[in-house]
Amino acid sequence: MLDELRELYQEVILDHGRSPRNFRRLAEPARHAHGQNPMCGDTLDVYLKIGADGTIEDVAFEGKGCAISMASASLMTETLKGRQITEAERMFDAFHRLCTEESFDAATAGVDEDALERLQVLAGVRAFPVRVKCATLAWHTMKAAIEGGAAVTTE
Amino acid sequence: MLASTSRTAMNDEGRHSVSFDVHRVREDFPILKRRIRGRPLVYLDSAASAQKPKAVLDAMQVAQETIYANVHRGVHTLSQEATDAFEAAREKLRAFINAASADEIIFVRGATEGINLVAATYGRKFLSAGDEIILSELEHHSNIVPWQLLQAEKGIVIKVAPIDDDGNFLLPAFEELLSPRTRLVAVTHVSNALGTVTPVRAIIEAAHRAGAKVLLDGCQAVPHMAVDMQALDVDFYAFSGHKMYGPTGIGVLYGKKELLATMPPYQGGGEMISTVTFAKSTFKEPPHRFEAGTPAIVEAIGLGAAADYLTALGREAVRAHEQALLAYASQRLSALPGLQIVGRAAEKAAIVSFVMEGVHAHDIGTILDRAGIAVRAGHHCAQPLMERLGLAATARASFGLYNTMEDVDALADALKIVREIFA
Repeated sequence: MLDELRELYQEVILDHGRSPRNFRRLAEPARHAHGQNPMCGDTLDVYLKIGADGTIEDVAFEGKGCAISMASASLMTETLKGRQITEAERMFDAFHRLCTEESFDAATAGVDEDALERLQVLAGVRAFPVRVKCATLAWHTMKAAIEGGAAVTTE
Repeated sequence: MLASTSRTAMNDEGRHSVSFDVHRVREDFPILKRRIRGRPLVYLDSAASAQKPKAVLDAMQVAQETIYANVHRGVHTLSQEATDAFEAAREKLRAFINAASADEIIFVRGATEGINLVAATYGRKFLSAGDEIILSELEHHSNIVPWQLLQAEKGIVIKVAPIDDDGNFLLPAFEELLSPRTRLVAVTHVSNALGTVTPVRAIIEAAHRAGAKVLLDGCQAVPHMAVDMQALDVDFYAFSGHKMYGPTGIGVLYGKKELLATMPPYQGGGEMISTVTFAKSTFKEPPHRFEAGTPAIVEAIGLGAAADYLTALGREAVRAHEQALLAYASQRLSALPGLQIVGRAAEKAAIVSFVMEGVHAHDIGTILDRAGIAVRAGHHCAQPLMERLGLAATARASFGLYNTMEDVDALADALKIVREIFA
């Protein structure tokens, strides 16, 4: 029992959950979307500052939630800063597969393998299907912000 | 079935000459033999939905195997027997809540539908713009949203009676909200999120003095304590079957006969009519006026069996057992460092909501699950209450008649693991 729990609640996750990085709001004209998981009441706001060439110049978030959702959002902001929005969208797909597919192979995902490797700490949610939504909430919200949507829900 | 179990139990109001043998009672619930991830199930989520005793499961199966047909329609034997069993269940529920008449028992899908029924019939007919209804900060969404729908349609005013930080219903503040425009007070009898037992007698008396009707959401009350419609003098009372060890898809709306008689139908269809022509239809008297379509026949019979089961155990014996669990759980949990119990009302049902410093309720729920312990984590369908308390979520352990002191110990031990992981 403890092994599986330690796999889920790895030190990196606990650390990012306790002290999330880029936990702030970006001033206009950043892109923004609000995400929520109605089942547990977690809410997140994701902000993106995107340059003329499509580079994510800054990304930040604010919100309230469990250790998994906070850590995932925090890690996401670190991962996406400086990348192209097209790559961010590809990473969204790769991350989703990482959280749900047992046989997921980072090498075949077509995105920066090292970046994905860092997100691997969240793969523990595979053993906890109801918690997948916690891990992916920030990514769904980020995608909505890029696409210009105002709100997203993972229910 | 239950009668075979051993309680020396006694009559309903039973003085406490009895020992409630919880280990014997647990034998009545087949699911309690389940193991979760290799560990014995510790089910502490009865406030969300309670497990079912064999008496209920058997009653439903026997009904389907021996007397099943549609009710109130056929001339044939089975239909008559099914109708008798269905109406006998109605009588059992009448006795269970001591209503004056079985005609005051309307079978609905659950408390949610019961409250919606009152809003859609009584509310639509008798409330108009500027009329006031009073809810409380403790309410479940099911006793908020139906009134907001009515508000959007009719322009009624919704007032909210406050609680204190411990979750006590504040009677004087409530009384100040009553006005000549107050038509209805709709409050919970027991808070699903905090366990608070509200002072319903005083609420009803004050509301009646002001000329208002009262609806109580009794979902969390009926599993834990005896309720008496005539003693309460309440106007409407709604509860769900599945929280009182009965099936899903069935519940009861109690309404005073004279009120029900003035109310228009809820849904139209078969079963609720006297005559139908294309020019005009006439409707049956209550309760059938409010039961359009083929009802949940088997579930109603199952709910009747659940009422019998609780009565045979002794409502007072169940209450005393659960109060002992509540006291022990409150003591064990408050002794844990960093844990804070949310909801410390003077009178509570066996529900313990709590938060842990630095750990989100959802993470608590996941870790407890790995220890075989089922609790609810979240806002408990009471978001305004969570906001009032300044919390996003709590973890909630809710006890039923089959829980044991060992279950409390298992919970406390597993919470130490939570603390270890998040240390």
